[in-house]
Formats: sequence, structure tokens, C-alpha cells
Amino acid sequence: MTQTLPAEAEKRIEEIKKQYPDQKSAVMNALYIAQEYFGYISDEAVEWVASRVDMPPVHVREVATFYTMYYKKPVGKYHFQICRTLSCAVCGATKLTKYLHDRFKVSPSEVTEDGMWSYEEVECLGSCGTAPMIQINDIYFENLSVDKLASIIDRIETEKPDLRYSTIKDEIGGGLNGCPKSEVI
Amino acid sequence: MSKNTQILLKNCHEKDQNTVAGYESRGGYKTIRKVLQIDPLKVIDTVKASGLRGRGGAGFPTGMKWSFVPRDTGKPVYLINNADESEPGTFKDRVLLEKDPHLCIEGMIIAAWALGSNHSFIYIRGEYGYPFVRINEAVKEAYKKGYLGENIFGSGFTHHMTVHRGAGAYICGEETGLIESLEGKKGQPRLKPPFPAVVGLYSCPTVVNNTETLAALPFIMENGADAYKAFGTEKSPGTKLFSASGHINKPGVYEVELGYPLLDFINKECGGVRDGKKLKAVIPGGSSVPVLRADELEGVNLDYESIKSAGSMLGSGGFIVLDETVDMVDAALNLAHFYSHESCGQCTPCREGGHWIEKIFKRLSRGSGVAGDMELVDNLCNQIAGHTICPFGEALATPAQSFMKKFPEEFKARITESLKGKSMLREYLNIDFDGH
Repeated sequence: MTQTLPAEAEKRIEEIKKQYPDQKSAVMNALYIAQEYFGYISDEAVEWVASRVDMPPVHVREVATFYTMYYKKPVGKYHFQICRTLSCAVCGATKLTKYLHDRFKVSPSEVTEDGMWSYEEVECLGSCGTAPMIQINDIYFENLSVDKLASIIDRIETEKPDLRYSTIKDEIGGGLNGCPKSEVI
Repeated sequence: MSKNTQILLKNCHEKDQNTVAGYESRGGYKTIRKVLQIDPLKVIDTVKASGLRGRGGAGFPTGMKWSFVPRDTGKPVYLINNADESEPGTFKDRVLLEKDPHLCIEGMIIAAWALGSNHSFIYIRGEYGYPFVRINEAVKEAYKKGYLGENIFGSGFTHHMTVHRGAGAYICGEETGLIESLEGKKGQPRLKPPFPAVVGLYSCPTVVNNTETLAALPFIMENGADAYKAFGTEKSPGTKLFSASGHINKPGVYEVELGYPLLDFINKECGGVRDGKKLKAVIPGGSSVPVLRADELEGVNLDYESIKSAGSMLGSGGFIVLDETVDMVDAALNLAHFYSHESCGQCTPCREGGHWIEKIFKRLSRGSGVAGDMELVDNLCNQIAGHTICPFGEALATPAQSFMKKFPEEFKARITESLKGKSMLREYLNIDFDGH
């Protein structure tokens, strides 16, 4: 049976489809929406996307597995992506990974038991001038040191902020108060 | 020679520059009103005369690219703003999208008018959450103002714009990979010819331009080709954004007049090398261009020709500075990992070879290299470059070969001295991060 998502999501995908001459172009958008609701690209998520953009499920899965930003398995409520490419690497990215490993006590791409935390190393996030940096959910945290990262995690633990941009907000919100949205220039 | 010429970044420090009101208060959306009165072919001539070259990496003349588009096929023409910026070391388009999104939009409408395109797309890399929100809001506001949609600025011209979010694939910065992705498929590049100008998005004529290229158009159309050519060198006119990172005091995005001395850029603009360390190497145009040793930089200028004659490429302007503490075997391994991870998997030499190169560099880095490893990598690179559908093969082979060529003693030392565990970039943890 085909899945149905809340009306808000169904409306969003219909609106997005109108922006393209061919509705298949909306498959990537649909995958993002599905990921928001299912948490990762599960079989149900694939089925929902396939029915909405009129594509065979196998093609949807093909797209979902080609792009790294669609999760193939569940991630933590706060998912840390540490940039590991050259500029960040020479500015100390490994120390950040090591810190997350020690603090969360799980391996990359595992989720802590309470479902809160997970982390992985990813390729260049285009924030080389503010290296090293980490993307937490959709938000960039830049010019990091181990101390700065530790205090960010402390704050996330107490403030539980919404770190998603995946729903386009009219008001640019998200992030932690006082953490600049973008430092690069 | 003037430095820090401000054509593209002039207003990016203004807080309200991302709104229509702020953008218009500094002369925005003035040029497009005039351009819509000019014959599109004349617009192409002006851009040709300006000498503007594609700022995404290839440096192809923009006006000439536009002139390849057939105007009588009866099919729609599509314009794509390539904001997929994924080359390591490159973060310049991000600044334009975040700080001055309407400059990008105005540039796109100018290009669309010249090409007779009624629908354009902004393909922005998925990780750029904040720039995505910014450009999306700007497009929405432009629609609300009537600057996008039907009969814009009362000219009778219709132009729609769609912002499309990628999802973390480097290869989608390659224009045919991007087009595949936009059609709802895996971003695997197409064989050329036919070129996108003739058979592109939805099999229609399509032009893919980099964000920075499009953002230069309002200045060119407002001030004329000669005003643009007054900057830069004869063959590399205008200004270019450089995103500087690595071991420098002031990393960031700089607008530089082409032809500016490279060492002055490091020492004066970027504040010199960090912590009083010695400069070791520079990757001047994004990680896929050949690395230059510090002793090769004297007299080199930041323009397409000068960097080429020094043995590298201007590329995307992703300027990575490495100081004396960097272990070049580890640096080469870091990049080899990137390219092996990002290969789209379509062509065997790239898919398999990239993986091999990474494995060999890894064993060199861990001190278990064997005699002949360097020759093996070199041989592999020669089998990859030029034998793939898209330029990714070269992008993969170039850093591997150039790091070995420029710093052979470090690679040789890893073989002969077996420096176990002396890896600077990675303190190996008990877990294997790379999954293989």
C-alpha cells in the first residue's frame, strides 16, 4: 500500500513539481522531504517518492544511493559531518573527529543508544576558509577547536535547537543563538 | 596595479544587500531594464568583446559558449547557474549566493535574455543550506516584485527561475552530470558531442554557466566591454574571486584583478603564512590542478596564462596554501581519497584506478610501501587521464602525479625508511574511517 505523508508534505511536493517541465526532476526534492519524515531513505520512503514523481522504485533507489546526502540508515537526532578534505585536514580536523569519537563512544555512522548523536567524516563542504568545520544537521559550525566544539555540544544538550534548513523557512532561523550563520568572506 | 578591485564583492558587506530594496538602493536591477531594450545578439557581442571567461574552472570564453546555442530549433532554451561548487578549496560562489543573491539573479536574467531562455535553474550543492535559503528567498522576492515571471519589467519577456538543491555529489559540477542530475537521474556525465548547447537539459539547447561568471554580467552590461577589459591582462581580462585557505593568516574570499602577483597575494592580501612558518607549496586553482612548490612561485601572476606557464592552472580559484609542516604523502593521500570517493563509477579507469591510487598512497603513508609504488601510481594515472568520459579522470590523476613529481624525495623516503605511524594529517584511531 502506498504511504501517505502529512498534508503539508504532500502539498510541498506538488508545489515543487510545478516548477519543473518534467516531474521526474523533482525526485531529489521528494527524497529530501521523505528523509525528513522517515528519518532516512527506508523502503517506505522509496515507495512514497516513486509514487509521487511517477518513477519505478528501483530508479528512485538508484538516485538515493548515488547521492551521499540521503541517509541509507538512521542517523542521530544531531548528525555531525566533519569535513576531512585537505584544507580542514591541515588545520586540525582529525582532532575534532577524535573528540567526537571519545565523547559519543560510538564509531562513525553508528548512533548513540539514546538516538541523539551520530557522526561521520565527509568530503569538502566548501568552508575551507573557516577550517576546520563541522556540519551539524543542516548548519555549518566553522573555525572550530576542540574546546569550541565541546561547548557547542554542551549547549545542544541543554538547548535542543532545531538545526534544520530542510524546510525552507521564511525567517532564517535555526542554529544556536549567537553562533554566526556564516563567517566566510 | 590596483588590488582588491570590487566588481563582484562591492556590496557584499552591506547587511540588507540580500533584499530587493537593499540591492536596488545600490544600483541593482537598473542594468537589466536597459538590457531588455537591446537586441539579444548585441548582448552576446558585448560579452564576447569583454573577454569574460568561465569562472568555474575551465576558463572557456562565455560569449563564445553562448553563440553555440542554435536559435531556430523551436525548442525551449535552458540556462543553468552552476552553483554546485564542490572542488576542494573552493568557496567563492557561496559568498555571492549568501551575500548578494540578487546580483546572481540579475546576471541570470541578462544571460537568459541574450539566449532567448524563458526558464533557468540554479543548481546549488546540497550542503549549502544557508546559501540555499538565501538564494531561495531572493528568487521568491524577485517573483513578488514582478522581476521574475511573465512580462518582466514591462518588456514582454517571460522568465521563470527554479532553485534546485543537489545532494552531495562532486560530479554534478560537471555540466552534463549536472544536467542528468537535474533530470532526476544519477549525476553521471554524458558523452560529448552532442554538446549541451545543442542537446542539453530535456534534450533542449542548454547553457551552463558558473555563478561567478553570471554575477559579472551586470557590471559588463552597465559599463561596457571596455570598462571590464580595463581590468586584468590582455588575455585574462577582468577580476576573479579567489578563495584562500590553508596555512595563511587571513583565509577568505578575495576579488583580485587578474594578473596580480601570486606572492603579493599570499603576503599582502592573505597576511602571509601562519605562525611564521615557511611556505612549502600552493595549489592555486582547486585541488585538481598541479601543485606548485614555493620555489616556483617567483614572478607568477594570478591569471590564466601566467599560471599555465608556471605549470599549473587557474581553475576555480580555490587557493590552498601549505606550510613546511605538511607531509606531502599524507596530503596526496587525502586528495586521492577525495577523488576515489567522488568518482561516479561510470568509467572503469576512473572507478578502479582511483581506488588503487588511494590504496597505494595509504600504504606509503603508513610506512608499508614497496619499491616501484611511485612508478605504479604514475602508470595508473597515465591509464586514467584522457580515457574517461568526463574530465574527472584528469582531476584524479593530476594531483597524484604532480605531488610525486614535485616532492619525490618525500615519497621515496616513505619507501626506503618505512616511517611507520608518522602521519601528520591523521592520527590513526582504532577504527578504520575509510571503510576499506
